[in-house]
Formats: sequence, C-alpha cells, structure tokens
Amino acid sequence: MSTTEALVKELVEKNGRTRNSLMPVLQGIVQQEHFLSEEALICVAKELDLSAADVYGTASFYTFLDTVPRGKNIIRVCKTITCHMKGKDEVIKAISNALKIKVGETTHDNKFTLLSANCLGWCHKGPVMLINDEVFPELTPQKALEIVEEYAKK
Amino acid sequence: MSKYLVNLKINNMPVAVEEGTTILEAAKRLNFRIPTLCNHPDLTVAGNCRVCVVEVKGARLLAASCATPVSEGMEVFTNSEKVRKARKHIVELLLSEHNADCTKCFKNGHCELQELASEYRIGDHVFLDLVTPESMIQDISSPSIVKDDSKCIRCQRCVRTCAELQGVSALAVVNKGDHQKISTFLNKPLHEVVCTNCGQCINRCPTGALTERNYIEEVWNAIYDPSKFVVVQTAPATRIALGEDLGIPVGERVTGKMVSALKKLGFNKVLDTDFTADLTIMEEGTELLTRLKKALVDKDEKTVLPMMTSCSPGWIKFQEHMYSDMLDNLSTCKSPQQMFGAVAKTYYADKINIKAQDMIVVSIMPCVAKKFECERPEMRDSGYQDVDYVLTTRELAMMIKQAGIDFHKLDEDHYDSILGESSGAAVIFGATGGVMEAALRTAYEIVTGREVPFTNLNIQPVRGMEGIKDATIKIKNVKPEWSFLEGVDLHVAIAHGLANARQLMEKVRRGEAVYHFIEVMGCPGGCLGGGGQPIPTSPEIRKKRAEAIYSEDEDMPIRKSHENPEVLEIYKEFLGEPLSHKSHDLLHTHYKPRKRY
Ligand code: SF4
Ligand code: SF4
Ligand code: SF4
Ligand code: FES
Ligand code: FES
Repeated sequence: MSTTEALVKELVEKNGRTRNSLMPVLQGIVQQEHFLSEEALICVAKELDLSAADVYGTASFYTFLDTVPRGKNIIRVCKTITCHMKGKDEVIKAISNALKIKVGETTHDNKFTLLSANCLGWCHKGPVMLINDEVFPELTPQKALEIVEEYAKK
Repeated sequence: MSKYLVNLKINNMPVAVEEGTTILEAAKRLNFRIPTLCNHPDLTVAGNCRVCVVEVKGARLLAASCATPVSEGMEVFTNSEKVRKARKHIVELLLSEHNADCTKCFKNGHCELQELASEYRIGDHVFLDLVTPESMIQDISSPSIVKDDSKCIRCQRCVRTCAELQGVSALAVVNKGDHQKISTFLNKPLHEVVCTNCGQCINRCPTGALTERNYIEEVWNAIYDPSKFVVVQTAPATRIALGEDLGIPVGERVTGKMVSALKKLGFNKVLDTDFTADLTIMEEGTELLTRLKKALVDKDEKTVLPMMTSCSPGWIKFQEHMYSDMLDNLSTCKSPQQMFGAVAKTYYADKINIKAQDMIVVSIMPCVAKKFECERPEMRDSGYQDVDYVLTTRELAMMIKQAGIDFHKLDEDHYDSILGESSGAAVIFGATGGVMEAALRTAYEIVTGREVPFTNLNIQPVRGMEGIKDATIKIKNVKPEWSFLEGVDLHVAIAHGLANARQLMEKVRRGEAVYHFIEVMGCPGGCLGGGGQPIPTSPEIRKKRAEAIYSEDEDMPIRKSHENPEVLEIYKEFLGEPLSHKSHDLLHTHYKPRKRY
C-alpha cells in the first residue's frame, strides 16, 4: 500500500464512508501532502464509492484544495481590493524576488509556493497573507520577507 | 392514498392540481407553455437556468416554475411584462457566454437555445460578449461523442443524465464562477475516462455542446465512389423512430419508407440488422443452453452463471470499466451489428461476388456507442474493419433531407435479400426485454419442442418500462436430450439504463438474487431510447416507440428467430451449426478489463 493509499484509508476510517465525509477527507490529504494527486483522488473515489469526476468536481470548486503539486509552505497573498489599495503588489514583488518564483510557482527545493487569494476577511488589517494556516496582517515588504525567512529555517 | 388538491390561478384561469405539482406542470395542464432549458422529464429538478421564471402575486422575486411547487390560492402569471423582460434578459445573458455560430453548428435547427433565441427575437448584444478563447475547447477524442464547451450553457442535464440514469458520472461540474464548466476527471479526454459512449447525455443536451461524431460526409463519399459496393444495415429500433425527425408522429412505424429512402440515397443493397439479431438468438440461445448444461450437469467450474447479454456496446464498456471481474458472465456473442459486418464481408461478399476490400458496410443505429464498437480492434474478423461507418437515426434523417426526398410521399419497399429477412423476435431487440423474449421463444422451443406458453407468443412478464424486471419460466416435458432441464425454474432478469444495471449487478454480486440469464440494455427503454435516436426523449415518447415495436412484431409473418429461412440457410451453407468453429471465428468475441476510475 502506498503512503497516499494508507493516508486515505486512515482518513476514511476517521471520518466515515458517506458522501458527507468527502470534504474532511480531502482536507486531510491536503494537510499531509499539500495537494491532491491523481492517486489520492482515485483512492478517495474508491473508498467513498464515488466517481472520480465527482471527487475532482468537488475538489476543483475549492481554491484551498489544490490538484497540482504545491510546496511544503503555501503563501497566499490577498489580492482583493482593500489589500490591493494597501500595497499587496509590493509585498508580492518582495517575496517573488526573494524566492525567485512568480505567483503560481513553487521553489526548486519545494519549500514554498506563492499564490494569490481572494479576500481573507482581514481587510481592516491589510495587506495580509496566509502561510499554510497562519495569518499575517499589516504587512510591509520588509515584514513579509522576515516572516518568510522564519519559515525557510523551519 | 389520494393526494390533497391545491387550487390556484394561472393567468387568471383557475386550476386544481395535486399537492407537490410544480407551477410548470400546472401551467401545462392549462396549455400554457413555459420555456425550459435545465428541466427534463427524465431528470431531477435543477432550477439553474432560470428561463422558466414566472411571476407569483405577492412575491418579491420571480420564481423558477420548474422548481416551485404550487400552493393554495397562488396567483401565477407566465407572461407578464416583468416575466417577459426577465426571460429575455436571461436568454441574452446565456448567449453572451455562448459561441453562437449557429450556421456551423451540428445542432442548427434542433437546438433548444436557438429556438428560445428565435422566439424572443434576440438581436443585438445587450451584454458584453464573454466568449473566451479558453472556452473554445472541443473534445473529439471519442469516436462517438463530440463535446464542445463553447456551446455549453451549464444546465447540467448531461451531468444528471450520466449520474441518475446511467450511474456512471463520467461528467461533473468543475471549477466555479466564470470558470465553471462540465468536465471529466482531471479534464481528461472523454475516451480516457469511464464514459461508456452511450450518448444519453447527447439526447438531453439542449444545445450543440454534446453531439454525436457524425460520419455523413464519409458515407456520401462511399456512395459516390464507383469502386465501392456499399451495403447498409438498419437496426431494429430505427424503423419505429426515424419518422420523428422527418415530421411523422411519434410511434409511427416507417420500416418500408426507410427502406425506400435508403435505396434512393444510393446504397447498393439495403439489408437488415434484424437478420443478424435472429442469428444472435441462435448463437446466444445455444450458448445459454450449453452453459446451463456445463454448469448444472458437468459442474464445470469455469462456466459462470448468470449469462448476460452482449448486444449493447455501452453496457459492454460499462462492464469492462465497472465490473471487470464479471466479464466471463457476458455472452461471447458479438452484437447484431458486428455479426452483420463479419458475415457481410465473408459469406455475403462471396455470394454476390464482391471482394471484401471493395465492400463498405454502413450501419444505421439508434446508438452512438456502436460508433465506438465498430472501431474496436476485436471487430475485424473478416480481415477488414467489419463495419465501416455507423450513422445514428438522426444522421440518416439528415441525409434523407439533404437528398431532397419527401419522406411522407415515399412508397414502402422491402429489404434486399439475402441478409434482409427477419422475424418478429428480431424487431423486439429494440425494446427492453426484447432480447430476453426472443431468446426464450427459441430456447424454450429447442428444449421442449413446443412454443413458449404465452398467448400469441407475447411474453408479457419481460416487457414494460420498469427499471429492473425479473421472471421465472418453468421448463416442463422436455425432449430427452435436455432431460437435465426437466422441471427447472429458469430465472431471468432484465435491466435497462446503466444505473439500473449497476443495481442489478450489485444484487448479483452480493448473491441476493440467483439468475440464469440477464438481459441488459445500456439505454433507458432499450435501443428505442438509444443515444442516437431522435431528440427529444421522455417516458411517454419511449412508451409509444415500444408499442410500435411490439405491433411490428405481431405483424411479422415469422415470429421466431429459428424459423427465419435465411438464418437456416446460412447455417446450412456456411456456418454449420450454432457455436461451430466458423461461428466462433466470426460471430463471437472477448472483452477486456478497463480502468475503473
Ligand atoms: S448550440 Fe444552438 S444556439 Fe448555440 S450555436 Fe449551436 S445551434 Fe446555435
Ligand atoms: S455518453 Fe453516457 S456514459 Fe458517457 S458521459 Fe454521456 S451519459 Fe455519461
Ligand atoms: S453539455 Fe449540454 S447538457 Fe451538459 S451542461 Fe452543457 S448544455 Fe447542458
Ligand atoms: S481585501 Fe484582503 S483581506 Fe479583505
Ligand atoms: S427550466 Fe426551470 S430553472 Fe431551468
């Protein structure tokens, strides 16, 4: 059994075999593997007795359920209007230069993926970014770089 | 339990309908037509297109009539100013995202969206044109189906069809917002996923987003090519539905006219798949009896029961994907279409002195999966591709129109001989339960020497539109050579539509039901509801087509496959006997497991 298969089985054990458990299972996989591989999607379809297209359809609806490989740490900078006006472009530029990747790309060492995101609900403290599950408000380019460096050391 | 009646008014006319009725249905009772796109009589309610909106007095918002049940005292207006304006805007919005190049579209003239646009005289672009280059994606990977995302209005009829009727869910809604589209697992080409090519989604797509791969030009070219001898075969269910696309009412049989038209189109010989349907019964009936003997008497472990029919290529592909552990249950008989091709390019070609390589075999089928089937590598037993082109009933109607033939005025003509004679048992292959009935008429008589014990040979228990039917036939007073079947209760089951087939397979797998013989047809209603039949389709339409099929059967002078003189002759002259070596070479095949996901 591959690690993905084992992971899916374990998540299905925990969350149940009904359609309702589709979301928690998909989220569980993303937490471990950072994205949903073809193998993972098929395993889920098999375990929950759903069609693979169905599982993919659900996954593709959610921005946070990626179906392309992602780095260990996913940086999402809010791109919506408030954060835009408060300077998200500079933040992105700084990170992009430091990590030598464009938005949508992953570093060679697989440590970081840089993405943009829709409003994260922190408009009053924009610009904000999310690294994995953690929110970082009131960014400046300088501050953003320091935070990313912290993660690089982890 | 009688249901509670609800009183309401539609356009000021009072009506009383059962509780739970939608406004749309109630309006239909009063003969008010409300346009619909996402709604379909075979499918659950989706309520996503909004063209069916109506005004309900006192309500702030317009209501989607297909998704709103009536309530007591309701006052509905189906054509108020507000409704008309909204409806027109909705159509305009749909068109703003639509690649409306109608003149180049296969659905031109048969499109529900086009019809609405024409009714509402949609003129200038009121909204921004949002057709993007990314939406201009056509998937032509399948030999049966063309999927054109630029024509899709995301009504999701196809998604519901594939899930609810076919239990396949090869199609799903993916992404969201302006990126939303109908797609496959990881957006793979259709031929790489679990799609069975049944074409049921085509039958329900209101636009040109899902259509059959059409081979009309190829067939015209073959007809015009003087070096080719072009024979055409027509499947049972085509003769009771072709008229629908040519202005003839549903349920009217057009067998003789269809033969006439085919001759006028220039086919060298007009022959009948019904002939090979009879041949199928000889082979499959014998195969069943042989399997019963091997399993019940010889206790042969390799012989598995129930035996399952194999005429429906959508069902076959379904089985290869979903139940690949049960492929040994499938009869090894090819479908009648493929038996025809194999026999045409060998036995028949020899008889009429035509070289197989100069012969083109065209099929007229109620099916789009047959387009895939004829290209299967297993289907070349004549040394050539046995069947060259498959046209749907719809494509034939188009050819007849192109040729300027006035179908109404055509005289009735007869199939050419040989390979043109058939029995009533063959015609009923077109309806769910028909193959079972045909097989029983023959097998019972082989075993007992008597006709099946049903009035007028009509085996009613296997007929009808129930999703899964089962029946038991008691076999009594058998001939000495079949003594092992004396007193045996033959258990049979029939499913149509792949969602029903799946249910039946699960039952068989769990051992909940023990059957000897199972008939499955991939499409709802059997071939008469096939993916290549005239559009629209509905339970009522399929019921009428079924009635036409059974009356065609009753009117046939021969009702049993084993009495077809041309079938007897091909055994005498060429095949020897059912399941002979030659039969195995030409008329039987094998199946291969395919990816489950
Ligand atoms: S799908 Fe209908 S409206 Fe669209 S281009 Fe084709 S015929 Fe025209
Ligand atoms: S052809 Fe049949 S199986 Fe394939 S997508 Fe359409 S409905 Fe589903
Ligand atoms: S492909 Fe056809 S049936 Fe499916 S959503 Fe698009 S328009 Fe509707
Ligand atoms: S706009 Fe960035 S968090 Fe709301
Ligand atoms: S037909 Fe009612 S919402 Fe589409």
